[in-house]
Amino acid sequence: MTRQSSLLYLDGVSVSFDGFKALNELSLVIAPGEMRAIIGPNGAGKTTMMDVITGKTKPDSGEVYFNGVVDLTGEDEASIAELGIGRKFQKPTVFESHTVWDNLELALKAPRGPFSTLFHIISGGEKTRIEELLALIRLSDKRNELAANLSHGQKQWLEIGMLLAQDPKLLLVDEPAAGMTDAETMETAELLKDIARTHSVVVVEHDMHFIRALGVKVTCLAEGSVLAEGSLDHVSANERVVEVYLGR
Amino acid sequence: MMTSFLFRTLDARAGIFIGLMLAAIILVPALNLLVPEGSTFHVPTYAVTLMGKYLTYALLALSVDLVWGYCGILSLGHGAFFALGGYAMGMYLMRQIGTRGVYGDPILPDFMVFLNWKELPWYWYGFDMFPFAALIVLLAPGILAFVFGWFAFRSRVTGVYLSIITQALTYALLLAFFRNDMGFGGNNGLTDFKDILGFDIQAGTTRAGLFAASGLALVVCFLICRAVTRSKLGKVLVAVRDAESRTRFLGYRVEHYKLFVWTLSAMMAGIAGALYVPQVGIINPGEFAPANSIEVVIWVAVGGRGTLVGAVLGAILVNFSKTWFTAALPEIWLFALGGLFVVVTLFLPKGLLGLMDKGWSALRRRPAKDTAAHGAEPQPAE
Repeated sequence: MTRQSSLLYLDGVSVSFDGFKALNELSLVIAPGEMRAIIGPNGAGKTTMMDVITGKTKPDSGEVYFNGVVDLTGEDEASIAELGIGRKFQKPTVFESHTVWDNLELALKAPRGPFSTLFHIISGGEKTRIEELLALIRLSDKRNELAANLSHGQKQWLEIGMLLAQDPKLLLVDEPAAGMTDAETMETAELLKDIARTHSVVVVEHDMHFIRALGVKVTCLAEGSVLAEGSLDHVSANERVVEVYLGR
Repeated sequence: MMTSFLFRTLDARAGIFIGLMLAAIILVPALNLLVPEGSTFHVPTYAVTLMGKYLTYALLALSVDLVWGYCGILSLGHGAFFALGGYAMGMYLMRQIGTRGVYGDPILPDFMVFLNWKELPWYWYGFDMFPFAALIVLLAPGILAFVFGWFAFRSRVTGVYLSIITQALTYALLLAFFRNDMGFGGNNGLTDFKDILGFDIQAGTTRAGLFAASGLALVVCFLICRAVTRSKLGKVLVAVRDAESRTRFLGYRVEHYKLFVWTLSAMMAGIAGALYVPQVGIINPGEFAPANSIEVVIWVAVGGRGTLVGAVLGAILVNFSKTWFTAALPEIWLFALGGLFVVVTLFLPKGLLGLMDKGWSALRRRPAKDTAAHGAEPQPAE
């Protein structure tokens, strides 16, 4: 696929920390509307890749383009988020001393400047949107609960809700099923499939059942570059993938 | 719109606080001026001035609570903004002395005559006019805070590193203001004030007026702080305090938020300093001492950070104890202050106000338990 028609375009991206190559000539293309699963062993560069896309880490070399035209290497975290890339962290990161409702309100797409938030009064439309999200992530009855009091799985869902509230074009979701029970994992897979109908999604996950439930194209990373790409069956049949990752 | 912005979020605690403050603003001057001196209800002038001083400290504590309690910026240099506001007011008061100084020079303050200066330095121009001085009270700390914050927050200096450079800031200003050639009276600072806005600064009525002005400034700044912290901007500030990088990934420019609240807070500290100086009658470089700024942080911690009312309470209580201790048991005061800080840090992470909240909710929970025991609806386990 060409850069122009892609949503996210990484070409030859390298990042090293003190000589350790976290990403090594990584190339990855996500089409508009696509959902992609990323797998790979620890240290394969999955989180570093997310850091590069969201502006937390600057690549040493290589190109990173969003929407075919926007060069992400020149932008910071806040402007990349404003461009429409939302991120869910591996460890659920919600604002613990805020209520569930306030967490969603803060994430909701709205002007982000200090003076617009200072005089902001929540509108009916925004309230409706928060209600919808609460229903979607099944936290309607916890709306006034502090986020700190939620269970691990509920925090994961709240963070997904916050991602949706931002209304991004592309969602980067890092290990959404980590620490969840089997039932919760399957529900999360359903939720993500739902979301993928209207958004582009990149999911990093270790849980193979979860990946299978998603049923999408899989990219396996190892040592900072792409090892294999294709359907889950295709990738898991690859000898190198079996050797470095699946270990079976 | 401004009034609805200021008053839209008043709750019971804030209401009680404002009620008490307004009562004090009216009662204390009345008991001082209207009640005859022999009466039990008479408040002596020295006490009015002392309480007025506490109120300016309370305003300083409020400004520190705004940045520390709500945005997680631990400033150990807010004394610098307080002192700058104080110097701006001091310069106005110096120019009011006129020919009544020891040397009787109509333009030059005494210390300049003493140093053989021939004319007024340019930065003293305009300070004979109160509105100009009042503007500088806000602008001097505001601009310094803006420039300092611009560089510090853009470079993402946070946590203990930021605290250390705020200490360095106030220490650098201390050294600068000690120098005679700076033109701010050097070691001795500015003092020997005669009158303010045409009123004799020593008169009981003026003292009462300054007390009321300090109380009013505290109430107005409290309302502003409250409106800011209860707005969506306030929620973003708390988000920055708890998870700064998460806030960035939501698309908020954290450095702009910090800069806004930092500058606002510095201006409030400046107002506090400007009200402090006419009441104590002197401003000198000692106000820039790093230890002063650290003490303010203790007041806030004792009262309860992130509560606004707690900062005011802490400042007044600690300073009241200081006045009492330094008179009764002067050698123990510093140990008491240090011990207080240790006790609060270890046992009262939310300060006195946190303790009060705990006691209050425990009181309220008890009757609820009783009804549950009498066969009310069973509560779901949390």
